[in-house]
Amino acid sequence: MINFQYARANDVADAVRQIAADPGAKFIAGGTNLIDLMKEDVERPTRLIDISRLPLQTVEETKDGGLRIGAMVPNSDLAWHPKIEQRYPLLSSAILAGASAQLRNMASTGGNLLQRTRCYYFYDTATPCNKREPGSGCSAIGGVNRMHAILGTSEACIATHPSDMCVALAALEAKVHVAGPSGERMIVFSDFHRLPGDTPQRDTNLGSDEIIVAVELPPRGFAANYSYLKIRDRLSYAFALVSVAAALELEGGSIREARLALGGVAHKPWRDNAAEAALRGRAADQAAFEQAADLLLRGAKGFGRNDFKIDLARRAIVRTLGQAARGTPQSQSDKKIR
Amino acid sequence: MAATGTTAPSPNNPIPAPAKIPVAFIVNGVRKQLTVAPWTTLLDAVRDHLDLTGTKKGCDHGQCGACTVLVDGRRINSCLTLAVMKDGAEVITIEGLAKDGALHPLQQAFIDHDAFQCGYCTPGQICSAAGMIAEGKAKTPDQIRELMSGNICRCAAYPNIVAAIQQAMGEAGAKS
Repeated sequence: MINFQYARANDVADAVRQIAADPGAKFIAGGTNLIDLMKEDVERPTRLIDISRLPLQTVEETKDGGLRIGAMVPNSDLAWHPKIEQRYPLLSSAILAGASAQLRNMASTGGNLLQRTRCYYFYDTATPCNKREPGSGCSAIGGVNRMHAILGTSEACIATHPSDMCVALAALEAKVHVAGPSGERMIVFSDFHRLPGDTPQRDTNLGSDEIIVAVELPPRGFAANYSYLKIRDRLSYAFALVSVAAALELEGGSIREARLALGGVAHKPWRDNAAEAALRGRAADQAAFEQAADLLLRGAKGFGRNDFKIDLARRAIVRTLGQAARGTPQSQSDKKIR
Repeated sequence: MAATGTTAPSPNNPIPAPAKIPVAFIVNGVRKQLTVAPWTTLLDAVRDHLDLTGTKKGCDHGQCGACTVLVDGRRINSCLTLAVMKDGAEVITIEGLAKDGALHPLQQAFIDHDAFQCGYCTPGQICSAAGMIAEGKAKTPDQIRELMSGNICRCAAYPNIVAAIQQAMGEAGAKS
């Protein structure tokens, strides 16, 4: 870790002023990812601006019947918030599938969105990595890439976004409220994270002088028919190889609305309009789920050691949609997949 | 409190070391004041500045849970927490769980169930279990296993750890 200065932000405007004034500065909230990366010399901020005490700690009703989650609400508080458990259980489930209880107590809502990839080469400063050092090359292509992406990759980067929470937020079509020097703006969730393209060093479309102040959930919560299924190399406290968030609205036996988002397979939570459209109006049965899976994975490409993810993702999609349709969501403590 | 001087920049440390920062905590019920560098983790502050070495440094990356302490009643990884960020907080470490010479029920339960082998992870396991019991979400052995998954035991004493926690939860339940 290099030397750095420490300052506390007094309010959101002060945080924006401080970050805009110092290109070497970074915000710190929970610190669970940033401090780890600083210890590895991957992140080298010369100043940390502590935003953990900003008054962004509440979950509030919105006028249209949704919820506005302050950026500093800890992951555990959000997962166990009664309104989230009741109205957005998909979000609760996804959060509880991620990290550990200690990390969830520390990690903030905004920080979860800004997690960096857990690509081994991104962490290993002795190896080339276009995300860490643009232009140096990608060690994962042709390297050990078991955890890497199968969708939306580029020749520059095959890293995945590690968050579980964000997969649920993508399915729920959350909105990200950010503040910058020229005021507040809103970014729809699908536009928040980026594909790697030829600029893999940029994970998100958040400006370098902007701060996340809230995440807004629209009224539709899919509380009756949802499931979050996470497949990983051990049963708990590991990043996803493949995860699936499925949310359905059923009318009789047919699907009125469908949301499907995948984690562990791309540089951002992966949604596919064609796959979701193919589910709408169909009977909620195996054939429909298989067709949606095939559509979502039509462009999937393996890189050797992660080839298995394509089949795994297909089966996980079908299974998760089935769990959602039956109203029997995956438990995050009983690990049996039914 | 007087700030210390700064060190000269070097190629690896492009900016001079900033002045140390005064912080105060209530640690195991006692008010403690110290001055720390910005990068001093809560773990290092507890172990190296306050000489409370019961809290262990395992991986130092939030992956093992050996450094688990309670901050304002919540279990966290002290290795991924900067001491300066927790100024004013109430910190409880393994040394603060026993009361009036009597072991905390979790400590007694870990002994009763032989819930360790080498013991290195035990302070973190016990602090984490104390935090988990306070959260009130774990009811079944499956839920205990899931909500304790942030604490790795290299000796694999897990079955006895779960049994010990169940015993302590039973006692906590009987009291409430």
